[in-house]
Amino acid sequence: MGNELPFEQPLEELRSKIEELRRFGSEKDIDFSEEIARLEERYTQLQQEIFVQLAPAQKMQIARHPQRPTTIDYIQAIFDDYIELHGDRAYADDLAIVGGIAKLNGVPVTVVGHQKGKDTKDNIARNFGMPHPEGFRKGLRLMKQADKFRRPIITFIDTPGAYPGGAAEERGQGEAIARNLLEMATFRVPIICVVIGEGGSGGALALGVGNRVLMLENAIYSVISPNGAASILWKDASKADKAAEAMKITAQDLQEMKIIDEIIPEPNGGAHREIAIQAESVKSVLSRHLQELLSWDSEQLRQDRYDKYRKLGAFTYAQG
Amino acid sequence: MSKCPKCGAIQTSKELDKNLKVCPSCGYHMKLNARERIHMIMDEGRLFEYDADMISEDPLEFPGYADKLVKQSEKSGLRDAVVTGEGTIGGFPVVCAVMSFDFFSGSMGSVVGEKITRAVERATQKGYPLIVFSTSGGARMQESILSLMQMAKTSSALARFHDKGGLFISIFTDPTLGGVTASFAMLGDVILAEPGTIVGFAGRIVIEQTIRQKLPDNFQTAEFNLQHGQLDKVVNRKEMRNTLIKLLDLHTVKEGVSRG
Repeated sequence: MGNELPFEQPLEELRSKIEELRRFGSEKDIDFSEEIARLEERYTQLQQEIFVQLAPAQKMQIARHPQRPTTIDYIQAIFDDYIELHGDRAYADDLAIVGGIAKLNGVPVTVVGHQKGKDTKDNIARNFGMPHPEGFRKGLRLMKQADKFRRPIITFIDTPGAYPGGAAEERGQGEAIARNLLEMATFRVPIICVVIGEGGSGGALALGVGNRVLMLENAIYSVISPNGAASILWKDASKADKAAEAMKITAQDLQEMKIIDEIIPEPNGGAHREIAIQAESVKSVLSRHLQELLSWDSEQLRQDRYDKYRKLGAFTYAQG
Repeated sequence: MSKCPKCGAIQTSKELDKNLKVCPSCGYHMKLNARERIHMIMDEGRLFEYDADMISEDPLEFPGYADKLVKQSEKSGLRDAVVTGEGTIGGFPVVCAVMSFDFFSGSMGSVVGEKITRAVERATQKGYPLIVFSTSGGARMQESILSLMQMAKTSSALARFHDKGGLFISIFTDPTLGGVTASFAMLGDVILAEPGTIVGFAGRIVIEQTIRQKLPDNFQTAEFNLQHGQLDKVVNRKEMRNTLIKLLDLHTVKEGVSRG
């Protein structure tokens, strides 16, 4: 398959052993089926052992896997009649964010998401999924359109973060993110956000204010990349593993902290191993939440979103 | 005696205080803490403080955070990086929030987010204008995702405030970066900044490392941001109080004056 992650090495070795045995058996016409079955069983067991106790830093590697399904993959697999819309009507069409109108189980919805590239060339065009202000503004334009036509909004979150560049600052990166947060609070339609890969800081949150926030099992979501945190806190980017641990960036941690509402399981080995199956399970969870939210009126939806973020925070009061 | 960090001119602390901590030689605006700022802006220097006893927890049991909170509090005399409350400016009642860089580099954690949100909610209830002086290095990393969520919380509260027709004057003071810029600070009806203030989302060093280029000296200064349409006006510290009074007055419809 290629692109194995370092912690998958033992699996990789076992796999090639099985293959070798199989090849040898057929060449020499010897029956190794019992031995192969035993190794296959061992493989499944080992796979479970590895994936049950993934460290946050290992999940981060899966979340950033170059073959991890992207927004466009999910759009194609989950929705019907998708029509992509472009541009922020002010400056440019930022390809780091994609979106348009489509149907989910027959219901017209607006879909918006960060888009990483599929290969180097695509990644350059899409700036590795790191939006400029015009990307956030394009997303906002599409979401406002959804609000106008009373279409539910579904967002897919997958970005290392808003692009840290000179031109991005000149065009108001901070303002663009802030505006999305404010506007997303006001929409009268259901908003469901799905963190499919990397939820990198403000650039992720700019598409992340929803009635429901769902997250794939191996996705991560954090205020700063673990590498960034390590270099700021301990002046040592190589301590990223330690930072990943301390910052509680996994879906499991975030569910405990009530930041997200539901974890969508991934196949063993991660979403990229079984993209069609993964998309199917994302679709079924999305559909269930949308079904519920569709019965709410606009004030209920806005109030629900307000309350959801209103209660987030940990503070206490000084004695005396 | 103190030395201007920009031009090196030396003056007595008394002279400097009299000049509102602005260097008499080069006009450099030195940092003010929240108490000094309140003293300078509010009528009689008085702010009736909200939530003065609110303090941070250590929700993630983040290595070193609890100790650092204690040290930051001792150093600054503050309980967190923002002071909020109400008072009057030129006789106009306002809700005011003032951030302080001397507590944890003005970073936004749960306490900053909660106090700002409550201030916005009170301003909404009372129909008072909202004045916020921001300064921040960005997110409080030790509170991780909870810190990020304060951006959504404060912005949602501002959505309601704006919807009710409230006036929000946001003032950037040096420096304001990261999550504070990318949430409430950029959502003012009128956005002001002190001269030379660094305003941005990403910091200069991160950008230079990313693009592998040197940025111009004036990059992200208030004047640079003004030029790029990111704020309304650069206001000298000496003029700040009067500018606020003027803006508050311009948003007040006096009885007996026809609007039609």
